[in-house]
Amino acid sequence: MRHLSTKATFNSHGQDSSYFLGWEEYEKNPYDEVQNPKGIIQMGLAENQLSFDLLESWLEKNPEPAGFKRDGKSIFRELALFQDYHGLPAFKRALVEFMAEIRGNRVSFDPNHMVLTAGATSANETLMFCLAEPGEAFLLPTPYYPGFDRDLKWRTEAEIVPIHCTSSNDFQITETALEAAYHEAQQRNLRVKGVLVTNPSNPLGTTLSRSELNLLISFITTKGIHLISDEIYSGTVFSSPGFVSVMEVLKDRNCDKSEVWNRVHIVCSLSKDLGLPGFRVGAIYSNDDMVVAASTKMSSFGLVSSQTQYLLSALLSDKKFTKNYISENQKRLKKRQNMLVMGLERAGISCLKSNAGLFCWVNMRHLLRSDSFEAEMELWKKIVYDVRLNISPGSSCHCTEPGWFRVCFANMTEETLDLAIQRLKDFVVEHTANGHSKSNNSSKNSNRKLLPKWVLRLSSSDRDHKPDER
Amino acid sequence: MQMLSKKAACDSHGQDSSYFLGWQEYEKNPYHEVQNPNGIIQMGLAENQLSFELAESWLADNPDVLGLKRDGKSVFKELALFQDYHGMPTFKNELVKFMAKLRGYKVEFDPKKLVLVAGSTSANESLMFCLAEPGEAFLLPTPYYPGSNDFKITGCALEDAYEQAKKLNLNVKGVLVTNPSNPLGTTMDRDELNLLIDFAISKKIHIVSDEIYSGTVFDSTSFVSIIEAVTDRNIDDTHELWNRIHMVYSLSKDLGLPGFRVGMIYSNDETVVAAATKMSSFGLVSSQTQFLLTNMLSDKKFTSKYIEENRKRLKSRKEMLVSGLSDAGIECLNSNACLFCWVDMRHLLSSDTFEAEKELSKRILFEVGLNISPGSSCHCSEPGWFRMCFANMSQETLKVAITRIKDFVESITSSRDNCNHQLTFLDSRRRSVSKWVLPLSPYDNNEPAER
Repeated sequence: MRHLSTKATFNSHGQDSSYFLGWEEYEKNPYDEVQNPKGIIQMGLAENQLSFDLLESWLEKNPEPAGFKRDGKSIFRELALFQDYHGLPAFKRALVEFMAEIRGNRVSFDPNHMVLTAGATSANETLMFCLAEPGEAFLLPTPYYPGFDRDLKWRTEAEIVPIHCTSSNDFQITETALEAAYHEAQQRNLRVKGVLVTNPSNPLGTTLSRSELNLLISFITTKGIHLISDEIYSGTVFSSPGFVSVMEVLKDRNCDKSEVWNRVHIVCSLSKDLGLPGFRVGAIYSNDDMVVAASTKMSSFGLVSSQTQYLLSALLSDKKFTKNYISENQKRLKKRQNMLVMGLERAGISCLKSNAGLFCWVNMRHLLRSDSFEAEMELWKKIVYDVRLNISPGSSCHCTEPGWFRVCFANMTEETLDLAIQRLKDFVVEHTANGHSKSNNSSKNSNRKLLPKWVLRLSSSDRDHKPDER
Repeated sequence: MQMLSKKAACDSHGQDSSYFLGWQEYEKNPYHEVQNPNGIIQMGLAENQLSFELAESWLADNPDVLGLKRDGKSVFKELALFQDYHGMPTFKNELVKFMAKLRGYKVEFDPKKLVLVAGSTSANESLMFCLAEPGEAFLLPTPYYPGSNDFKITGCALEDAYEQAKKLNLNVKGVLVTNPSNPLGTTMDRDELNLLIDFAISKKIHIVSDEIYSGTVFDSTSFVSIIEAVTDRNIDDTHELWNRIHMVYSLSKDLGLPGFRVGMIYSNDETVVAAATKMSSFGLVSSQTQFLLTNMLSDKKFTSKYIEENRKRLKSRKEMLVSGLSDAGIECLNSNACLFCWVDMRHLLSSDTFEAEKELSKRILFEVGLNISPGSSCHCSEPGWFRMCFANMSQETLKVAITRIKDFVESITSSRDNCNHQLTFLDSRRRSVSKWVLPLSPYDNNEPAER
């Protein structure tokens, strides 16, 4: 008899092994401005470290919420006991208002339709449990966040079928691609329960256009399926065309009384906008009462600490603060993105034009030895070991075209980013001088020698990378 | 096409309606000493409210921790970014020390074997994901009263359950026990633990020991953890049984902090630790909370004082309830732990049936104004037992509750016929074992933790 479950033993948690190498190398040799200036710079971590000072200064000015106090009185006891899976009402109210504010108040949300979860990771898994049986499928546009392979499939036993997007139209979702994906699912005998999109997109850094959103809504209406819109990066939109939430499009189409209204669900979190991944604050927003009821109960498996709910309800209720934060944060992100884009441009590397996110989707196809994923892996390893930058290869995001990389810009200082850009420039100069020429045999062979080793390494050991490299 | 999954769609309030009713009625009419003295007193909630002021005074003495500071410097950024599913190393170090302390240092724990999760609710679910495939089974002791065994687990009961599972074509993967027991309030003695260990060895199955009430044992020497029991058997370190021993713990009952969502899995099996660590992504503990509790637990003076004082207060409260009920002619199972008593009201039933238990439950709710948990909701095979909590209210409120019960009992006994129904009860007392196979009640719509 098998001793442990398949979930525990089989490598089905989906944490990709090639990806794991970059993290491992970074952990062994992390860059530090003073102590290890030649170390590897972490550019694979989509964290927002640009606006902490704003949060810290708010905390200094408002010590009560963190101190379990309200109007001078201790509410420690009340919070210590509060484990109602309906969530702290004041927090939900503040959160829906914050969500609306980010969307320019063009839509409003009802706190009774919101379910708090310990992070968006939990929200996505819970939604899968509510919407799909084991073996049923969701369609996801590629490239997508590598963590979805774990979050959406592992314990739920649901399947993902990719909607192939390509650079030919800047990776936008097309009707053809949607239909092709649906068809592929049918060929594989998989019943499709819905589509999941990330808007703004990880790893692309772009917001979905109105026409894409309309296309999606028409598609799910025709097929009678669900749409999950993971909007965790909504607060990171820094330039036009601006963010359009799926709720807004539904409203514009007067769908609020229609059947499709109940099949659209949003996931949000404070990990990217406010840069608070450690606090584990996520939420599901659904118009379907049953989904709300079921996911509320399921949230028992991942409730948000009441200590944290209380602190953040105070923070988000401070409208002066949120208004300033949203706009200042966006400014800083825009500046940073611009810095990276310009820097890469000077190195002859272009990026997909982006208006959101904490990263750029970088085009290094011209640096590949050949138009293959093997070549992408080779290039990636060079960048990790020689250039000493940990960036995310497109293949880990299921991109169909080799040569694209996700490069983060918001998780380091300006100086570090400058250095990273410089290193890349130097690398490109050298690389171009050496050419993609097949004359550089010895280095190519040693790269080849290294290749089989990591391919054989399974990521089942506990020395895995950080869970959220989103 | 079925739009939602079965899991979501079978979301019915179909569980025992009398149980649900109690909560609903309480919400409509909650007791308040001043504002609603005739309201329903909540005795169905296993919370530990007795020692908050100790924690509050610690907080008042340590404002820096709340302000997310360490040595005067802000660690806000570090905490805000910390989402490593391996958990905060300092927090895990303090937790294992705390756990060892609760067990009188008779066992030692390795922080590398500890996995932090958002509450023991999450811990138990994750362990199930790691140990069982869909459709496989775990055996759980239910309050079962085979004669005068005081609800203890017996070799017979274990074998019977195993056989029942086989008949139902269920592959048994392990046994899950809660020690100290909810709802019984008792710790497992060495005989029971040894029986369990023998059983797990012979069937080659897992033991999951949910020890979330370990800090509520009134007299620490009487608690024997599963790890201690296995250690004392002098089973070789390399024996495969070790890989099948897992523990669940939480700070919700001992420290009275259910709102902070701090639970953990402790396992000797590396693969389980690795898998559960990854699974904890779905329910990590807030770094803000990990930081606060690291500091609290590292203050050894505080933890010593807290543990001792907490035990004293729980013991005294329990004694208050037990003697109060005794005065009303109601006995409790002799208990040495937890936040509740397992109360014997069989003699107050109009007949030895669950129908009668339901009736009594309703009367206690509506006439007496107490929300208590009927044994049927705990899958007890014997009607007439109730779980009554004593640590989630003030002393005065408990006194009121006791007085109400006394008055109620007086009114019943004075109006009841003197004919002795007890004799006819004795025959029907033995229940068939297959009762435990009752499908688990769908989850309650109201309070998630009526633990």
